[in-house]
Amino acid sequence: MTTYLIRRLFWLIPVLITVSAVTFIIMRSAPGGPWDTDPERRQVDAATAKSLAAFYGLDKPMWRQFYAYVIGDTNSQTHKYVCGLLCGNLGPSYRQRGRTVQDILFAAPEGKTRWQSRFGYSVRLGVMALLMAVFIGIPIGIIAALKQNTFVDYIALFLATSGISVPSFVLAIFLIIIFGAKLHWIDIIVDDWSEIRYWFMPMIVLGFGTMAFTARLTRSAMLEVLRQDYVRTARAKGLAERVVVLRHMLKNALIPVITILGPALAGLVTGSFIIETMFSFPGMGRAYVQAIGQRDYSLIMGTTVVYALLVAVANLSVDIVYVFIDPRIRLEE
Amino acid sequence: MTTSQPVATNKIVDLKDVFRPSKSLGQEAWSRLIRNKASVAGMFIVGFFIFLAIFASVISPKDPLALNAGKRFLPPPFDQGITNIKSEPDHLLGTDSLGRDVLSRVIYGARVSMVVGFLPTAIILLVGTTIGMISGYIGGRVDNVLMRITDVIYAFPDLLFFIIVMVALRDTFIGQFMNGLVLLFAALAIVNWVGVARLIRGQVLSLKQKEFVEAARCIGVKDTRIMFRHILPNSLGPLIVSAAFQIPGLIITEAILGYLGVGLRPSTDSTDFFITSWGALMLDGQTAINAQPYLLLAPAICVALIVLAFTFLGDGLRDALDPRMRGTQ
Repeated sequence: MTTYLIRRLFWLIPVLITVSAVTFIIMRSAPGGPWDTDPERRQVDAATAKSLAAFYGLDKPMWRQFYAYVIGDTNSQTHKYVCGLLCGNLGPSYRQRGRTVQDILFAAPEGKTRWQSRFGYSVRLGVMALLMAVFIGIPIGIIAALKQNTFVDYIALFLATSGISVPSFVLAIFLIIIFGAKLHWIDIIVDDWSEIRYWFMPMIVLGFGTMAFTARLTRSAMLEVLRQDYVRTARAKGLAERVVVLRHMLKNALIPVITILGPALAGLVTGSFIIETMFSFPGMGRAYVQAIGQRDYSLIMGTTVVYALLVAVANLSVDIVYVFIDPRIRLEE
Repeated sequence: MTTSQPVATNKIVDLKDVFRPSKSLGQEAWSRLIRNKASVAGMFIVGFFIFLAIFASVISPKDPLALNAGKRFLPPPFDQGITNIKSEPDHLLGTDSLGRDVLSRVIYGARVSMVVGFLPTAIILLVGTTIGMISGYIGGRVDNVLMRITDVIYAFPDLLFFIIVMVALRDTFIGQFMNGLVLLFAALAIVNWVGVARLIRGQVLSLKQKEFVEAARCIGVKDTRIMFRHILPNSLGPLIVSAAFQIPGLIITEAILGYLGVGLRPSTDSTDFFITSWGALMLDGQTAINAQPYLLLAPAICVALIVLAFTFLGDGLRDALDPRMRGTQ
């Protein structure tokens, strides 16, 4: 178990290095310098561009730049050693002068808590969406399975199938047009996100797909358990239906559901950038989309690395959680 | 064909009913698929959009590029909305910010979605199947290396990869080619073959142990022939199902990229085959959500419809090709 864990953890390193290398190469192969928003024209004069390039280390060869990004290097102008990705340094932003990428993503504005950073906002929204998915999706799945092939089941299945297949941003468009533009129940543009009622809309949109998926997974897992011998035994013993469902069936049926929670959360946090943009939600995803618009290469790269780390850790968590909750599974060496 | 009816009693079973003519696996699956109402509906919707895509230039009521300076943001005739601008009956879904007909643009948008759905899927299946078969059949070190590569690609948040590629290479030669469509195909294919490769590898690994493969090997059949004549046809079912689920995923990706403004570049050249995409239309519609919501709504409904259609078709295909899996997912 321990060796397996350590091996899996070490495997994260090459994965992350490859992800950052690929991103690095693609970003550097873009025509035009990072200072020109329009590659056809140069907005920065040659001398400034040269000193900017020297300051950010862009005049060095590619491999050296990448080495500096991951490990660290001495700055040629200030002659100070700057540690790279290894120390959690994602480098300076090219557009928001004087701020580093980790500052933009993780630091909260003056006088606010850590939860009010961009990362904090995104994580909170992701967690809220996940909670909604779990606390609504699982009961729907249970009810649908217990009433299999009835009207209730068909409605639940149809909702689940459409929820899985209709992409969240299309759902967002429908809801914004119906409740925002037509009925005027919600504000389309929200300035102050400290009020919790504004969070419901993005939460519902973001969590709906996961909720549908959870419901479908719970239903199929319950259906599988339903026909097991131990369930019949429990019924034969004369146990109350509630006890049979909750203690005997649900406990086993939830194993596959629990394992998807990690990747689901990662998916919700990383997949939220479209929703964040649509609702102008001040999270990490919106920073990413803005960075794309401004060609802020270091911010794009930094966000990608953070996202990749989240996904990798989430995938790792599945395998670990599986071992703990299901004693039937043994890890092979 | 008619045989003589049993004379004495009706209780004698007609042998034709017991020994009906044998059907091939494909026919069997097809008849199961046809009985599934949801997938038949899905098939019709997919067919409808393919028809729209091919004959867009004939069907669309207006020129999707014709500008009408005086007719900006016309609302559709059936929904006047909040604006004072009077709708015109020949613009069924109204007009956009430049006075172009929304309905015609949506019809042309089907072209991009269809080609983005089908063409990269073909590449993905080809590459994924090849690599999966090699990995599963040869095994050993080759398998190890190939699977580690898929691990790394799996770890990459794929939507972010597409965005990065589209942003960075937009202004290069390949990014300019066909309004960026070729670059999009390449990016989609590079990431998505991984899932197919893993699927096929798993199939090969289990099929390799089966008796019929062993038997083939015993009588001296060559490896390539075993791969293509024995293993590949038996993994075709899961492959078709995965393709049916791959296509809507690609259509959604294209719509998201278009919506972020990094997908296909809307064209202004009437000689182009691909004029605009649903994602690009939604991006246009975003700015005029109150004045002309149909600019946003129409492509969104199209995306939802086509994706639902493919999902129902995929579900039906899975049930039809592998009846044992029925209702388990």
